[in-house]
Amino acid sequence: MKFETAAGENPIDRQAVVGKGVDRIDGPLKTTGTATYAFEWHERITRPAYGHVIGAGIAKGRIVSLDLAYVRQAPGVITVVTAQSAGPLGKGGRNNATLLGGPVIEHYHQAVALVVAETLEQARAAAQLARIQYAREPGTFDLDAEKDGATRPDSITGGPADTAIGDFATAFAEAPVRLDGTYTTPGQAHAMMEPHASIAAWEGDRLTLWTSNQMIDWGKQDLAKTLNIPADNIRLISPYIGGGFGGKLFLRADALLAALGARAAKRPVKVALTRPLMFNNTTHRAATIQRIRIGAGADGRIVAIGHENWSGDLNGLKAEAGVRYSRPLYAGAHRMSTTRVAALDLPEANAMRAPSDAPGSMALEIAIDEMAEKLKLDPVEFRIINDTLVDPEKPERAFSERHLKECLNQGARRFGWHRRAAEPATRREGAWLIGLGVAAAFRDSPVTTSAARVRLDGRGIVTVETDMTDIGTGSYTIIAQTAAEMMGVPLERVVVRLGDSSFPVSSGSGGQWGANSSTSGVYAACVKLRENLARRLGFDAEQAVFEDGEIRQGGRRAALSEAVVDGEMIAEDAIEFGDLDDRYKLSTFGAHFVEVAVHSATAEVRIRRMLAVCSAGRILNPKTARSQVIGAMTMGVGAALMEELAVDKRYGFFVNHDLAGYEVPVHADIPHQEVLFLEETDPLSSPMKAKGVGELGICGVSAAVANAIYNATGVRVRDYPVTLDKLLEGMPEAI
Amino acid sequence: MKSFTYERAASPAEAAAAAARVPGARFIAGGTNLLDLMRLEIETPMHLIDVNGLDLDKIEPTRDGGLRIGALVRNTDLAADPRVRRDYAVLSRALLAGASGQLRNKATTAGNLLQRTRCPYFYDTNQPCNKRLPGSGCGALEGFSRQHAVVGVSKACIATHPSDMAIAMRLLDATVETARPDGSTRRVPIADFHRLPGDTPHVEHALAPGELITAVTLPKPLGGTHLYHKVRDRASYAFALVSVAAVIQPDGNGRIAVGGVAHKPWRVEAAEAELPRGARAVAGPLLADASPTHHNAFKLTLVQRTLAAVLAEARA
Repeated sequence: MKFETAAGENPIDRQAVVGKGVDRIDGPLKTTGTATYAFEWHERITRPAYGHVIGAGIAKGRIVSLDLAYVRQAPGVITVVTAQSAGPLGKGGRNNATLLGGPVIEHYHQAVALVVAETLEQARAAAQLARIQYAREPGTFDLDAEKDGATRPDSITGGPADTAIGDFATAFAEAPVRLDGTYTTPGQAHAMMEPHASIAAWEGDRLTLWTSNQMIDWGKQDLAKTLNIPADNIRLISPYIGGGFGGKLFLRADALLAALGARAAKRPVKVALTRPLMFNNTTHRAATIQRIRIGAGADGRIVAIGHENWSGDLNGLKAEAGVRYSRPLYAGAHRMSTTRVAALDLPEANAMRAPSDAPGSMALEIAIDEMAEKLKLDPVEFRIINDTLVDPEKPERAFSERHLKECLNQGARRFGWHRRAAEPATRREGAWLIGLGVAAAFRDSPVTTSAARVRLDGRGIVTVETDMTDIGTGSYTIIAQTAAEMMGVPLERVVVRLGDSSFPVSSGSGGQWGANSSTSGVYAACVKLRENLARRLGFDAEQAVFEDGEIRQGGRRAALSEAVVDGEMIAEDAIEFGDLDDRYKLSTFGAHFVEVAVHSATAEVRIRRMLAVCSAGRILNPKTARSQVIGAMTMGVGAALMEELAVDKRYGFFVNHDLAGYEVPVHADIPHQEVLFLEETDPLSSPMKAKGVGELGICGVSAAVANAIYNATGVRVRDYPVTLDKLLEGMPEAI
Repeated sequence: MKSFTYERAASPAEAAAAAARVPGARFIAGGTNLLDLMRLEIETPMHLIDVNGLDLDKIEPTRDGGLRIGALVRNTDLAADPRVRRDYAVLSRALLAGASGQLRNKATTAGNLLQRTRCPYFYDTNQPCNKRLPGSGCGALEGFSRQHAVVGVSKACIATHPSDMAIAMRLLDATVETARPDGSTRRVPIADFHRLPGDTPHVEHALAPGELITAVTLPKPLGGTHLYHKVRDRASYAFALVSVAAVIQPDGNGRIAVGGVAHKPWRVEAAEAELPRGARAVAGPLLADASPTHHNAFKLTLVQRTLAAVLAEARA
């Protein structure tokens, strides 16, 4: 099905099932521990061997000698895989460093060997007996030091690296009110609960890989390329994923090494990365340095806005491009943005929840708060003054829907924004200073081809199959709701099967494109099934109504199951998107409001209340959507207050590489959270008229926290995370 | 984890004797720290002596009006004991500021005192660490040291002791009771129990090989207001940047001990005389000869300000 013009009225608009906050259909499996996560196919793989990954002990250099004699002699050891034993390997198109290093070492904890043994404990113990000598080479590990030598990438996601509209330099120089600020965001780890884990089993030259991966087809293609075998020889299975946040978009070492280990051991092999290995072995969100300049008239209208962004990556490949956030968000005739990437010898950087936009929002939305203060404007009002209904870089291109103003206004009312003291550090309750902060949320809502297969059996059960993944987001449930709505059957009569490369290729989960794209693919397949059913039963598919397990038209009705003669009826189709998202800018918007208390003596920060108001098209399931947004708000609190990959600039690695050192929020950090969704649909987005919310939810949160801290204390921190050591000097005297 | 042999001890004396007999033996009780370190091969005992079956899990009054806490009393039970909550509230508060509910259910009184540092260079076997591998150097000294010690440090080690409970024990002048391999027992004042790193940061406490902690005794109650203020980057389940344990009397005198700043619970009795004159007056002698790094110099300010918060709360 091609989606090339605005969606008209369709069966989804009935919203008999779609749009309802139903419980997750996979919830009972997860709460009873019976959902099979990547490491848990105990009934399918009864006698696996276990692989333990050895990570490189240096950041850059070479292995001089790799002595595995004691490893091989250790109890239970079956085999050891190294780059040498594995033979020539290819590299997946989406990988930067090779997944199995040696003799050249590209980053700390790069995998250099897999020890395969009868038990996990034996493999782990034997791995410690490896004697590896390295020749360390000097590397570049400090973004700040490498900033001036950073280069312009060919492009960034969704646009060019640099843009220039009008005459920024002159307009900024002549603006009556100006801000020139530099902001930094640190590297961050996905720190998902389930580690990267895989089980590989070969039958002849065919490989089955049970794994934890957000993008089944990417994983399959890149594994085939790395192993130099046909993609058709690989089956990837990943029905449940214990969190990914972008860290499982790609083929990683667990999957490759399980495959190589199983080939060498001649039996199935399980590999899970240990937690201390994950931080340096896998990908992370790159640190950024962002310079933002804003010039405005005394009326509060922005006349000039400039955003320069520096980040680093192994081999200088990929930018964490904060400029994406300022380009479309506020009006202003004169604009510039630049993106530069430094080559660093740290582990490779890549996507993490709302890549580019989350750090972009962290910087820009503090700058906006600072600018509002200079203009003596309320920060909500300043944002509304500079709202725009067209893409400021391409005024001929309108947003399909843009309700930022409504989000801000509704949020301000709901949150009691009028109680915010315009003068910072003036509201106190006992030992605590109280402050309120706001930030705008923005994130594009991309769409991408997504296919599905729908089966109807003689009992009237509808089964959906697509390689779409559920990374904790609720994909199972919204896909079931879509199929139930389309086929007119109750939710209980829909079975959803996901995360298997033998199913049609879907959008997968990433970039907040998954919910809208994958349900649209299911919509397309259901339209085809409706047509097939109508034809067989003698109805007109256009006119017929599918309801209560029946097809109805005029006075006629027939049970769907009547059409099934040979066991089941199958339809398969894909949604393919035309150029609507070129002609219009498809984006989601929101506003975050935060109240904090800061201890006047110790500068400890406690969040008291949070509110998000989101505008994101049709909300397919308000319960799972809310869960995504509150999770994203929590992650935004982590980014604001505590999350930082600490770089040892001498040895080139992330020092705090476990969950004791890399802190993420715990329950005690997260207070009451409220989420409101504006009632809307976006007919330009898809037949579902929906969009994503999972990444919108994190954009702006951290800045809203930082702005609330400023409002409470009068201390402006431009370097995340806003830890108490950065506040202490500015706190009231404590005797 | 290296393979090890295992036995259950029948009495403290027998446990101590067994530990002295078998080279590389370690006691295990809650295992909340030791097992993690064994998995990473930071600790590689050849033999484990399980002391969980010993009759050391009682909290009993002493003749001089104090409390004797068995070595195996779990942190949860100690924090919840009505006598502790009434007479030694600072201990209860310190315990509850540490770890998580699950860990406190397993962790024991003796084991808590013997926790190893959480220095990330200690935990990463690719990195130098004089505590893990004497003579290999200190990775933290010129590395990432935001969590590290600011007083009592040496060129060899700037690690902190991670325990909250130990800070309160030091404040209360607890005494550590032990059983020795030769069958004798001894009592070690808590002030002498933990050591500064000096040139031998791998030697962390006063126990001799094979010596087993059997109890920790508290002297009779101090009265006063008991406070424990733990400052960290998140609200729970994190080690202290700085913590202050305090017992403040109505006249403004009292005791303080500080966590998160040194290789052992940090208490300077001379500084306590300044308590009636406020936090700044105390901080001077308390942190004399401090030697912070660029990353953790803020702790000096933070100690003083946390102390101010504690004194304000005591007055309130």
